[in-house]
Amino acid sequence: MEIFGIPTQALFGQLLIGLINGSFYALLSLGLAVIFGLLNIINFTHGAQYMMGAFCAYFLLTKLGIGYWWALAIAPLAVGTIGMVIERLMLARLYKLDHLYGLLLTFGLALIIQGLFRNEYGTSGIPYALPQELSGGRNLGFMFLPNYRAWVILASIVVCLATWFVIEKTRLGAYLRAATENPQLVQAFGINVPRMITLTYGFGVALAAFAGVMAAPIYQVNPLMGADLIIVVFAVVVIGGMGSIMGSIVTGFALGLIEGLTKVFYPEASNTVIFIIMAIVLMIKPAGLFGTQR
Amino acid sequence: MPDAPLLSIRGLNAWYGESHILHGVEFEVPRGEVVTLLGRNGAGKTTTLKSIMGMVARRKGSVRFEGAETIALTSSRIARLGVAFCPEERGIFASLNVQENLLLPPAVRAGGLTVEQVFELFPNLKERLASQGTKLSGGEQQMLAIGRILRTGARLLLLDEPTEGLAPVIVQQIGRTISRLKAEGFTILLVEQNFRFASRVADRHYVMEGGRMVDMIPNSELESKLDKVHEYLGV
Repeated sequence: MEIFGIPTQALFGQLLIGLINGSFYALLSLGLAVIFGLLNIINFTHGAQYMMGAFCAYFLLTKLGIGYWWALAIAPLAVGTIGMVIERLMLARLYKLDHLYGLLLTFGLALIIQGLFRNEYGTSGIPYALPQELSGGRNLGFMFLPNYRAWVILASIVVCLATWFVIEKTRLGAYLRAATENPQLVQAFGINVPRMITLTYGFGVALAAFAGVMAAPIYQVNPLMGADLIIVVFAVVVIGGMGSIMGSIVTGFALGLIEGLTKVFYPEASNTVIFIIMAIVLMIKPAGLFGTQR
Repeated sequence: MPDAPLLSIRGLNAWYGESHILHGVEFEVPRGEVVTLLGRNGAGKTTTLKSIMGMVARRKGSVRFEGAETIALTSSRIARLGVAFCPEERGIFASLNVQENLLLPPAVRAGGLTVEQVFELFPNLKERLASQGTKLSGGEQQMLAIGRILRTGARLLLLDEPTEGLAPVIVQQIGRTISRLKAEGFTILLVEQNFRFASRVADRHYVMEGGRMVDMIPNSELESKLDKVHEYLGV
């Protein structure tokens, strides 16, 4: 069977890869959006924190014998806690300064963290086994769907939508949105805004670590895994619009799919298509597709 | 000390960055009274409210609420003692709908109004619960800004120019609301440019000039001192 002269197996195979990539783009750009919304800081350490999530899963397995499912809960908590310490000790001192300082600090931290891991573990990548429950796959007739990949897509969608729901539809989310607009007034209502900022940063970082654990069985555990991905993710964030929650989710999945399709129809452009879209969006809507000027 | 003032301010100094705004402000707000701060633009009225609320980073002196010193507390701690602030620009959140705006400030004490009681005071709000907060008219936004702090159980309300830019009929409604809140035992400190309005609702007026408190006029003496007030306010 063929569609536009492309065998369906190849087409759907690439679409699946696109969806997988899109799952990671969405999770990571969502975390960046949550952090940027409240802290006004572009968290360049995000890629390193994603990598730390994967390494945390690897350490848990090799040093403590703790497997994938527990790692999915422990790694975000551990890396998120490290994030909160970084926020309290360093980022909290920068909120009154220009954006650039936060960018420089988080970028510098990313380089240091990646350098330390690279020094210790090299760059060839360490395999991390699939969880047994999710090995194998099923034949859908038009394509073969590995179980683990189905799980990644599903888990990513669930986590993204749950995050969106909490921020847009709950009391806690209302505090968050209000503090994004006018932190002084929210504080004067009796809400501890600095603590909320710390927890928000921790949560954004935890999302990155969660993505890192999910990525470990697919991409291996590698000190540079975040550095490679984060550049694309920043393009996704720019296209979706800084700070927009639903925008970052939708854009993440959509760009993953577009990248996959490009691999089928014009493979030469598959590495650049996201940046071409970014350039076009910036020319037409500088605040991004879902963003508002601020 | 049953007769101790609810709020007592001594030698209050406040700065925005390098500019020294308040120079030793002293006054008191007795429990259950409505007190206004009068004065020209730039006299330091809003800064006084924000200093009481803990929203001015650099401040010195003494602010006692129910006998407790609050000068070194953060604004969230001060709010939790039972002080609530309604800013001049109203501070309605655009990313929250009317209901979320109304429910935003957490209850800090027992005894706040219920949402139903807020709707009794401001029936317009009930019709617009799902609207975006900033889509309301100016008057409705003011009602929302006052209504949301009535829920919290705060006993001292700091209202910064609640009638500014509103139509006369809305000003009257705000005036009736303030009288009613007073009757229910709220203590209110009001910054007001419209001293006609102030004279209808307040028990006493403090006059500020250049970051200092220069006079106190009980409302009963306001009529006889009109010339002086006009001089203070430059009207």
